[in-house]
Amino acid sequence: MKDVGFIALTYVITFGVVGALVATTLVAGRRLSDHVADEDKPWT
Amino acid sequence: MGSQATRSGVGTPATRVFGVIATLALGWVVVGGIFVTPPDVVQGESVRIMYVHVPTAWVSYLAFIVTAVASAGYLFGRRHSLGFDRVAGAAAQVGVSFMALTLISGSLWGRLTWGTFWEWDPRLTTTAFLFVTYLGYLAVRGLDGTPAQRAKRSAIVALLAVFEIPLVHFSVVLWRSLHQEASVLSTDGDIKMDDLMLFTLLVGVVGFTALFMWLVSHRQRVMALRDIVESRRIDVAMAERVAEGTPL
Amino acid sequence: MSHPSLGSVALAIAGKDLRIEWRSRVVINQVLPFSGLVMVMFALALDDDAMLQRTAGGLVWLATLFSLFMIVQRSYAVDTQDGALDAMRVAGVDMQAMFLGKSLALAAQLFVLEVVLFAVAMVLYRVSPLPDESTLAGFVLLVTTVICATLGLGFVGTLYGGLIAGAKGRDSLLPLLLLPVLAPVLLGATRATESALRSGGAVVAEGWPWVAVLVVFAGVFGVGGLLSFGALIEE
Repeated sequence: MKDVGFIALTYVITFGVVGALVATTLVAGRRLSDHVADEDKPWT
Repeated sequence: MGSQATRSGVGTPATRVFGVIATLALGWVVVGGIFVTPPDVVQGESVRIMYVHVPTAWVSYLAFIVTAVASAGYLFGRRHSLGFDRVAGAAAQVGVSFMALTLISGSLWGRLTWGTFWEWDPRLTTTAFLFVTYLGYLAVRGLDGTPAQRAKRSAIVALLAVFEIPLVHFSVVLWRSLHQEASVLSTDGDIKMDDLMLFTLLVGVVGFTALFMWLVSHRQRVMALRDIVESRRIDVAMAERVAEGTPL
Repeated sequence: MSHPSLGSVALAIAGKDLRIEWRSRVVINQVLPFSGLVMVMFALALDDDAMLQRTAGGLVWLATLFSLFMIVQRSYAVDTQDGALDAMRVAGVDMQAMFLGKSLALAAQLFVLEVVLFAVAMVLYRVSPLPDESTLAGFVLLVTTVICATLGLGFVGTLYGGLIAGAKGRDSLLPLLLLPVLAPVLLGATRATESALRSGGAVVAEGWPWVAVLVVFAGVFGVGGLLSFGALIEE
């Protein structure tokens, strides 16, 4: 049934985009935080 | 420069809480939404799309509000703290992604329920305009300038959008009322949800909201770090330029 | 020395902008022909006399909006070229007067553009606000619509044009930023125009609510511009 296809597509796209957002944020966070000492980070 | 302790990443205990909540809640949405909950009496299986569509729509509107409030906080706050500007920008980045997801999932749901990928009903049309407005806001953030210039410019655009969106929505509602659309095309449909379905929907809202908080906190901090690194690079470059000028 | 009034400064600035345009004739020589050409292209693309007649209002306003970007960018290119905008600000010119003046100049140029486009539409698409029954109602509605819409376009164009004027961004940013904002004007102006031209069975009376939308729009962005233009320009 095409229902299943569309439903699967929705979940795949949604969590795919969410995953990409989370991944890029984590990667950028790790990479940049290596350049800045803990004292300089405003939230620590 | 001696070795300084650097904790990797930008997470803190607070954001970890959001992360855990989001993971658990969204896990349930996937498992429950697809496998455990029953199909709807009227809509059949297509109601499963609602478990992600409704939360992403909610979060995208929330993001827009956060951007507007943070922009006001930057413009009208005494210290013009750039933290507000970063939150505004981070919320917009997340918001535009969620709005895209909302439009996509809504379109797929519409194809299953109404037979068409798109309808020119007021809410959809306004959502499309809101999406493009987001894109414009993010494009303005990308313009050249100091962080302060960027912050002021973006904040004004965001606050103008707060006035513009209701105006757009009202015009579109007036416009579509001329076409006398049948209320059959309501975007929610008449969902008589049983308890498990309602529970899954609410868990989805909680989960995606927690995800939003996590994303905005992290991205805001990433932006802060980026600004620090960038301003240091400028300092070093300027120092080198000065050093070149001094006679031996 | 007494300060000149807001109105007189605004008029002076509007006069300056219009005089610059008159001497350089950029809008007259480039934008007007472009918009006329757009009207012709619509006919080529749509290929249906009845539909052209029915949708004439929408086509005129679309052509106007497409040309709007060029006129706004031209208006600010002149000012930022030699740092004239900054010079005026530093010299103490009131930014609210600057906003009003530039809006007025922009609106004036748009008004001329629209008159030309309506004339073109009357010829190419065969529409008229004064059909044989010679009732003035349609004509009055049309003129009111044009004035209210043009005022709103003047305010919005000046405001968003000023926002990205100094920035080394891309020129393509202005359409992206402006078009969602212009939706109410497009809707209001086209529906009111269709009523005025009696396209597709529209009645003149139906157009007036849309004029109200145009007035609200002009009001919101007139006030918004007065409040925020100064903050936009100062760096």
